[in-house]
Amino acid sequence: MKQLIVSPAPHFHSGDSVRKNMLLVIIALLPAYAVSVWQFGWGAFITTAISVAACVLFEWLIAKYILKQKSTIGDLSAVLTGLLLAFNLPSNLPWWIVIIGALVAIGVAKMSFGGLGQNIFNPALVGRVFLLISFPAQMTTWPVPQGFATSYVDAATGATPLAAMKVALTGSDSMMSAVPEMWDILIGKMGGSLGEVSALLLLAGGIFLIATRVITWHIPVSIMATVALFAAVTGWAGMLPESVCTGEYVMLSLCTGGMMLGAWFMATDYVTSPMSNWGKIIFGVGIGVIVMVIRTWGAYPEGMSFAILIMNACAPLLNLIRPKRFGEKKKA
Amino acid sequence: MKATFRIGGVHPHDNKQYSVHQPITECPLPAKAIIPLVQHIGAPAQAVVEKGQKVKVGELIAKAGGFVSANIHAPFSGTITKIDTTIDAWGMKMPAIFMDVEGDEWLETIDRSKDIVRKLDYDPKAIIDKVQEAGIVGLGGACFPTHVKLLPPPGKTAEVLIVNGVECEPYLTCDHQLMLEHGEEIIIGIQLLMRALNIEKAIIGIEANKPDAIKHMTALASKVLGIEVKALKLKYPQGGEKQLIDACIRRQVPSGALPIEVGAVVDNVATIYAVYEAVQKNKPLISRVMTVTGKSLAKPGNYDVRFGTPLTEVVALAGGVPEDTGKVIGGGPMMGRAMSNIDMPSNKRVSGLLFLPEAESLRQEITNCVRCGKCIGACPMGLEPWLLSKQAWHSMWDEMEDHNIMDCIECGCCQFTCPSHLPLLDYVRMGKAKVGGIIRARQAANK
Amino acid sequence: MNLILISLAVLGVTGLVAAVLLYFVAQKFKVEEDPRIDEVQEALPGANCGGCGFAGCRAFAESCVKADSLDGLLCPVGGAPTMKTVGEILGMAVGNIDPKVAVVRCNGTCEARPKTSTYDGAKSCQILHNCYVGESACPFGCLGCGDCVAACEFDAIYMNPETGLPEVDDEKCTSCGKCVKACPRNIIELRKKGPKSRRMVVMCVNKDKGAVARKACTNACIGCSKCQKVCEFDAITIENNLAYIDYNKCRLCRKCEDACPTGAIHAVNFPPRKPKAEAPAAPKAAPANNATQPLNNTKQNGEEVKA
Repeated sequence: MKQLIVSPAPHFHSGDSVRKNMLLVIIALLPAYAVSVWQFGWGAFITTAISVAACVLFEWLIAKYILKQKSTIGDLSAVLTGLLLAFNLPSNLPWWIVIIGALVAIGVAKMSFGGLGQNIFNPALVGRVFLLISFPAQMTTWPVPQGFATSYVDAATGATPLAAMKVALTGSDSMMSAVPEMWDILIGKMGGSLGEVSALLLLAGGIFLIATRVITWHIPVSIMATVALFAAVTGWAGMLPESVCTGEYVMLSLCTGGMMLGAWFMATDYVTSPMSNWGKIIFGVGIGVIVMVIRTWGAYPEGMSFAILIMNACAPLLNLIRPKRFGEKKKA
Repeated sequence: MKATFRIGGVHPHDNKQYSVHQPITECPLPAKAIIPLVQHIGAPAQAVVEKGQKVKVGELIAKAGGFVSANIHAPFSGTITKIDTTIDAWGMKMPAIFMDVEGDEWLETIDRSKDIVRKLDYDPKAIIDKVQEAGIVGLGGACFPTHVKLLPPPGKTAEVLIVNGVECEPYLTCDHQLMLEHGEEIIIGIQLLMRALNIEKAIIGIEANKPDAIKHMTALASKVLGIEVKALKLKYPQGGEKQLIDACIRRQVPSGALPIEVGAVVDNVATIYAVYEAVQKNKPLISRVMTVTGKSLAKPGNYDVRFGTPLTEVVALAGGVPEDTGKVIGGGPMMGRAMSNIDMPSNKRVSGLLFLPEAESLRQEITNCVRCGKCIGACPMGLEPWLLSKQAWHSMWDEMEDHNIMDCIECGCCQFTCPSHLPLLDYVRMGKAKVGGIIRARQAANK
Repeated sequence: MNLILISLAVLGVTGLVAAVLLYFVAQKFKVEEDPRIDEVQEALPGANCGGCGFAGCRAFAESCVKADSLDGLLCPVGGAPTMKTVGEILGMAVGNIDPKVAVVRCNGTCEARPKTSTYDGAKSCQILHNCYVGESACPFGCLGCGDCVAACEFDAIYMNPETGLPEVDDEKCTSCGKCVKACPRNIIELRKKGPKSRRMVVMCVNKDKGAVARKACTNACIGCSKCQKVCEFDAITIENNLAYIDYNKCRLCRKCEDACPTGAIHAVNFPPRKPKAEAPAAPKAAPANNATQPLNNTKQNGEEVKA
């Protein structure tokens, strides 16, 4: 008889793989991406193409010539990083800034730590925050969405709803008129970065990820619950301008800015989030509190990137929380 | 909502379609047999026969080597040729009795009729003695001597007998078929054990993928007071002792303790059938039902195999080794061990033979751990397999002990679910063996 | 201007206060330590390999200073020269130290030891050893997963892809013993390095009866005791069907090598035999760089052989 293959149990595998998970996340992002293209036209398409291509290229180059190890671009993690980075950028960003962002994301935040699985911070967010601090003007002017007719020649730019809210919160009631209608916010008819415009489709993508068991509910739900609670308390405490009711403010907090993208796609990044369920919940609550503190009192109108990065740093600490063991006695 | 255990678990495809509902077929007698002396957990049995001696079926040929050990009886009639070592399916040496099979002559005391004996008024002690005498071990996989479980340590009392009809391992169907064909005997066996343990309650746990067995057993159990059939949600490793107790009576056995701590005694349906045969028919444990299955096998099915029959003969009965075989697994695919040869004789431990085609045999390429935490979510004991396997790699035995490595039941859920295809359980198991050794050495030193 | 002065003053005073505080705290909690510990540690290689049996070089230095004599204390990495320096620092005599080297006692090459199965689990000898006999039928031989290679901190041991066996680089091996501990089958032994790194080794640890051992591996020691008979120095003992050469008694006459019917006895690092001997078994096992010799040890070894 021919030689048999031996190995210790188990001899069965779920068929899950890193590549499959990454692919599902990319699929979940596509509907929201379609809205972005519909809103911002060619600009959205070009920015994404540059970002993805640059991320994949940098990962391949670094793996081959600096780390001298087997290339890992096949697992699609670089594609996802590129896509997420593009989602965090305005569609009218010059191409060379996008490439710098990709270099920081892949080169500094990911490969310098040893590649996939070793990085402490979410690469796409490191790339975005680097650009935000280095090129503040370019990163905070967004084109007014007009579909494929969006003009990229003359700088017709519009404020984001959050920026308007920020002004309103500090007492100038007049800016509230710049905040779009709720329905426009949900479907994505507003200014902003590529991927933060369609709250509804991002939510749908997130639910798809939970349904396919790529992520668990703990992080997104705890972030959104914390944000909603924080916003409600702000309302009850009388900190809002008179023209905004508490309910409206809660909805605005949840649906604008990077909230949906961050909560469902960025904070849930495997590598940089805690692993146990309680760790995930604390992680989510932390992000929710930090983002609302930044939005309410901070210098920036939006703080999702900072909140996630700060909590990323806490993830190794949160990993010390042990899951509930079988047969563990409750403390009397 | 069907009951199940509360922590972790995975959902492997059950693949039982190949051999399900295949009637139990008796395997023909071989010409020569090798009967291993280690067929259970605990001390090896001591041979009590000599070279050249003639034995009949059912005769004691090896005596238990201690309290936690089990008797072995002759599965065949014939002449003992030698007592030597043989090579088992993993290439290790094991002591065994070799015999030439001559005819099929049984001891007169054994009742070979098919009539069902319903006598129940035994002394509890007599039942336990009978179980011990017959060499019955847990046929679910661990092969822990059954009489030890029936004698709770002082200060502990059993409250409920939990009968394991779960068969959560994919591919295996022997317990399922046994319940369908010998349900009545199993109910009588349960009554006997309830009497032996002096308890009034028994729960039969059966997973939802065996609706006919649930129906059949419920109908039979309804005639008897105190026996309840519980349909359980499909989830691996529900057949694990601690998981089954949690699923059936919502109690969690504390870390390091035995099921008796929460008043439960767990036995497999095949074990209970063996108890019935031993008590009512006076027949010692000399055979078991094995599932021989696989995608490419000609005649997958459930076979009644006497211990000592070379596995090659069992395989021949199922249509021979398929061309494309890459791996042969003794037991199910989650916890069974891959064999390096199939020359080994069958024994109490092998509950099935699974032939995996070459394409499904090899593991996938290993990639970096992405810390997705899926292994934590899958672990039914609430451990952190990714961390334990890293600690084992770095020989951090103290830290492993601190992270409760000894709770691990080696079910394989972590490795099954890992998207990076890391050999988590390989390392965890190695670490568990190491830490177990350290703990035993420490206990010995403290005595 | 004022602002600068005030900042300077505040910072200066803070610094001063902190310095004074630190000084007193340091005085109060000063730990009296033998200065020789530092000196001894300086003299050690600093690899922190643990080969001496202590938790790193510092711990070894401490125990050297505390000890009354240096007997039994040995830094295997530094060997005789290092121990001599340590002895000089502490004013103690150092006994004779044989330089040792790790020897992989298995010559079950791919041709000699046919595979009976293919292992596909985690690449670790310990794991393979716990579940299976190995990929071949020999229950004693090398498993080939390279636990020893992973354990070595000096890059001194590597897998030979042709034989599937690990090989030790005599030059790099410091005889720290990590590979010995890592091997689940106890194949690796620390043996006397020998003059010019020449030594005779039984390259097999199979304790099975001759026929069984031979069936699993054609290069196995079958315990025939032919080597024992030809040995003039009583250096060879046979126990459990296995020959063992006592390296303290062996005079490197190479008679046993010729007597061995299976080629289990290897003569390592000897120059190739002259005319008649056909293809000696030695070159197969000899590491690639047998031309160079260890500088420090040659003389001492020579003396020992004479003694």
